[in-house]
This record gives sequence, C-alpha cells and structure tokens, in this order.
Amino acid sequence: MPITTSESNNAESKKPDIKVSGSLVSMDPSKTKADVQNLNFWYGENNAVKNLTIPVADRKVTALIGPSGCGKSTFLRCFNRMHDLYPNTRYEGQIILQPHGLDLLSKAVDPLEVRMRVSMVFQKPNPFPKSIFENVAYGLRIRGVCDKAFIAEKVETALKGAALWEETKNRLQRPAFNLSGGQQQRLCIARALAVEPEIVLFDEPTSALDPIATGKIEDLIDVLKERLTIVIVTHNMQQASRVSDYTAFMYLGQLVEFNETQKMFVSPTNPLTEQYITGSFG
Amino acid sequence: MAIESAEKAGPKRYQRARQGISTRQRVTEGAIEWALFLAGASSIAITVGVLSVLIYESAGFFAHVSVWEFLTGTQWFPQFDPPKFGILPLICGTLVTTAVALSVAIPVGTIIAIYLSEYAPHRLRNILKPVLELLSAVPTVVYGFFALSFVTPFLQLFIPGLPGFNMLGPGLVMGVMIIPYVSSLSEDAMHAVPMTMREGSYGMGATKMQTAWRVVFPSALSGITAAYILGISRALGETMIVALAAGLEPTLTMDPRQPAATITAYIVQVSGGDLPHGSIGYQSIFAAGLVLLLMTLVFNVWGYRLRKRYREIY
Ligand SMILES: Nc1ncnc2c1ncn2[C@@H]1O[C@H](COP(=O)(O)OP(=O)(O)OP(=O)(O)O)[C@@H](O)[C@H]1O
Ligand SMILES: [Mg+2]
Repeated sequence: MPITTSESNNAESKKPDIKVSGSLVSMDPSKTKADVQNLNFWYGENNAVKNLTIPVADRKVTALIGPSGCGKSTFLRCFNRMHDLYPNTRYEGQIILQPHGLDLLSKAVDPLEVRMRVSMVFQKPNPFPKSIFENVAYGLRIRGVCDKAFIAEKVETALKGAALWEETKNRLQRPAFNLSGGQQQRLCIARALAVEPEIVLFDEPTSALDPIATGKIEDLIDVLKERLTIVIVTHNMQQASRVSDYTAFMYLGQLVEFNETQKMFVSPTNPLTEQYITGSFG
Repeated sequence: MAIESAEKAGPKRYQRARQGISTRQRVTEGAIEWALFLAGASSIAITVGVLSVLIYESAGFFAHVSVWEFLTGTQWFPQFDPPKFGILPLICGTLVTTAVALSVAIPVGTIIAIYLSEYAPHRLRNILKPVLELLSAVPTVVYGFFALSFVTPFLQLFIPGLPGFNMLGPGLVMGVMIIPYVSSLSEDAMHAVPMTMREGSYGMGATKMQTAWRVVFPSALSGITAAYILGISRALGETMIVALAAGLEPTLTMDPRQPAATITAYIVQVSGGDLPHGSIGYQSIFAAGLVLLLMTLVFNVWGYRLRKRYREIY
C-alpha cells in the first residue's frame, strides 16, 4: 500500500510538468482526409480528450499511441460517433471530413451516415453469428442492397482485399465462428471494407493475435492505405513505427506530440514522448 | 512498519490455512459433495417414481384398451357404454389451445424482450421486467374465469356464433399468461450479448432495429429457444384456464372456435370425481398423463437439440 501511494504522488506531482508540443506537422490542406480541430470529449464530467487538433492525412496511416487510459480509444471512437450510443457523452470541436468539409460531429449530421463512411475494426474480433459470406455482406444488406450478383462480387472483392479469399472461398457458407482468431479479425476487416469506406479505424486490431496473424494484418494495412485512410490505435511501438506514416502521442487526454512517424521515432521533440517510445516511461 | 508486520504475519497465516485444508476442510468438502449428490439423486428418484406410477397404472388401462385403439381412436367418451378411449380429440385440443397461446406469447414476448433489452432505458427496464413477471403470478383460476366471462363474450362481438365455451378465448388468455416466461428469459439472453457485438453492427451504419433483429437476436438464439420451449411446456401443461373456459367436451377439431377438452382438463375433471376409483375410466387418466408427459418430453428434446445446434453454429 505505502508504495503505490508514493507512486501516485509522484504521478500527481508530474502532472503540471507536461509540456505539450502539439502538432509539429504542417500539412498541405489538400492532402488531409480529416481535420480534427479543438476536439474535446466528455464522459459525464470526465474530460477524456482535451483540446486535440491534428490533421489526418489522406491515404496514409495515422497511429495513436500513449499509455493505457490516455484516451486513444475515446478519440478514435469520435470519428464514427460511436459515443452517440451511450448516454451522458458530449463532443466539442470539429472533425472536418475532406474534401467536402463535412463536420462529422455536427448535430445536424446523422451518425448513421458517418458510420457508413467511416468503418471500424475492434480490438477483439467480433464476427456476427452468421456465415462468412453474410458477415461480409452485412453492410450491404443493411443498406438495402438486394442484387445477389452484386453482393457476391463485393464480398469476393472485400475478402480478397482482406487477404482472406483463398482461405475461405470454399467455405463461404460456414459459420464465421469456426475461423481462427486471426482469420476472424481479417473477416472483420473484410466486413469493414465491403462498404467501401473512406476511413477505417483500427482499435488495437492485433492485441489478441499471435505474431504471424499480426504480421498478416500489418501487411494488409500497408496495402489498404493505397486506397483509403487509416487511423490505428496501438500499444506496440514497433507496430506504430512499421505501419504508420504519422503518429500522435497522447497522455492524460492531451496530445503531447504529433509528427511524421520517422521523425518522431528518430528524434522525438518532447521529453515525455522520448520517455514513452524508449520504454522508460513513468 | 506496516509492511514488515504484514510480511511476518503473512506466511504464518498461510501455514495455518494449509493445515486446515488437510483436516477439517476435507471432511466438510466430502459432506457437501454428498449433500449435493443426494439433492441431485432425489430429483431423479422423484421423476422415476412419477414415471413408474404412470406406467404401472397405464398398464392396467392398456390391459382393457388396446394401444392402437387408444392412439388412433377419434372419440373419447369414457362415460359411455361401451366407453370410447381414443386420445386424438384430447391431443388435438391440447395442441390447438397451445398453438393459440403461442401465437400470442411468442411474438409479443419476443417484441417485449427486444424492447426491454435494446430500447428501454435502464431504469424503465428494471421497473417493467418485474411488473411483467407479475403476469405469471396471477392464479390460473383467475385467468380461466377471465377467459370465460370476459374474453369470450368480447370475442363474440366479432365472431358471430362463437360458442360460450371455445378454445380461442382460453388459448389467448393462456398466451398472455405465458408472455413473461418468453419475454423474461429471452430478454436475459439478449441482454447477455456482449456490447462489442452491437458496436460491430452499429459501426457498419446499422440502425437500432437492424442491430436488434440481425445481430442481437441471432446471437441470443440459444437462450431464446430455451425461452420458447419453456413457453410451449407451460402451455401444454396448463390446466385451469382450459378446464374452465374451453368446455370439457372432447372434440376432434382443428377449429379454435369450437369447444374442446385438453388432456390436462380431462385429468382434472376425472380426478375431481366424475368416474369411480379403480374403474377403467379412472385408469385412463394415467394413460392420458403419460401421453402428455411424452409430448412435453418430445418438445424438450427437440428444443435441446435446437439449442445445441445453434450453439454449435454460432
Ligand atoms: N464508458 C466510459 N465512461 C466513463 N469513462 C470512461 C469510459 N470509457 C473510458 N473512460 C475513461 O476515459 C479515459 C480514456 O479511456 P480510453 O479507453 O480512451 O483509453 P485508452 O487510451 O484507449 O486506453 P487503453 O490503451 O487501455 O485502451 C480513461 O480515463 C477511462 O477511465
Ligand atoms: Mg483503448
């Protein structure tokens, strides 16, 4: 007991020391897919994301890193208005989707429309209790698509896009639960891809997977970014440096530093960032 | 200071605990195991006992009436001379009233479950669920009386020529009685579906309705099937409502507007003293009871297999 108390005391005394470097990237406005501007998010009274401003580059991978509880998932879930599902939550600020300048957080914008354009892949694979085919077709079906040939074509494209086609083409009607964890996660990626989203959000997509399955998903992200924009939360520094083009480091709900991944990992500007990526944090 | 004393006290305390396991605890464990075994065994013993009485008494009955005649006869008139023991009218009455009840209880119960689990605010759910469960706490005699003196006259306004005793009224009322069995268990099953499942659906742009029907419902199907089977068993075994309001007239008809008798209603009628003890007519209630038991068993086994299949698939 006494030990933890003294530790938390240390943390408290550190708090005022946070020097926030903010965004160190000056991005050509025509190259952004989304502009996050002064974003604040509240769970009731808890201000979990504080005044965050970053550009999200078009057809690039943006990684969110930071210690547990710093607000990465909370921030990510603002992009598809996931927080709207729960009571007592509040957004402030804007996430402007380019090129048409639509504010995703505006009350006037239907969260369903946002989610149709911004898909999400979760930490734990969550296939539906349906066949492999129906899982991938789900997004089309709920949009009212009935054309069988069209759906079959989209499902095939999505499964190929998620590098799962070869493994599943002969068992499309089998239950998705029979797939391995890594396959299930790629199925969830295929499901997200089938509706041709503009942005795909990944919340620690590989934390439940073994290194080989993780490698496959990282390769996949590399390919996907040629045609869509990706925002990924990860706890794994190697993963962030391998897959991302830009990295945002968050701490206690604040953006400590945002930079090109190369620059941030080679020469972090903020001492806190350096401590975190070298693993000597706290 | 605090740490030091805790460290000193710690290992000693563990030692004592370990010694405890080897002596007293082992005895208690053994005793508990026996008590649990006896509790489990007694339920089996009671079931076997009931079953053997049923079979024994039915054997007496089948010594006089052939099984073939019993199962295929279309007339059930135990008081006649010669008596007719064809169980089909009773089975028919049982199935029709059950079907009417389920046609109310399953859709309404399922919709209520979806509303409570997916739509209702948490507070409302915590109020509504117990209130709903009160429906099944109403004594069935009250329901039977309600069917006879209120529902049937009300139905007569819309269905000209509906007899005062019919299967429709009591069937509908029975359905209302069963709603909480269906809705409560289904709701439990849907409530237990993890939030990540729903988020997956909402994340694709699905509406609440789509998420509830296409994702939550199939995810909970195993539990929902169990709820339906319980509803079916409850309807098959219901006695009072049909005995009071369906007419006690064994009729071989699929038309719910007609009066009829169910197996349970017949049993209660005869046990009430219509036929002398020891007569064939009296023994017939055991044969009828056996049939009812087998019917319930069939539905339960069927439900069990369905559940297993869904669990395997999903
Ligand atoms: N549903 C919620 N209601 C209230 N507070 C929440 C809720 N979810 C998260 N929080 C709080 O918001 C803060 C940020 O949580 P968040 O889940 O975004 O962290 P994270 O960076 O994703 O952490 P991890 O790496 O562990 O996933 C935490 O302090 C957490 O306690
Ligand atoms: Mg998280």
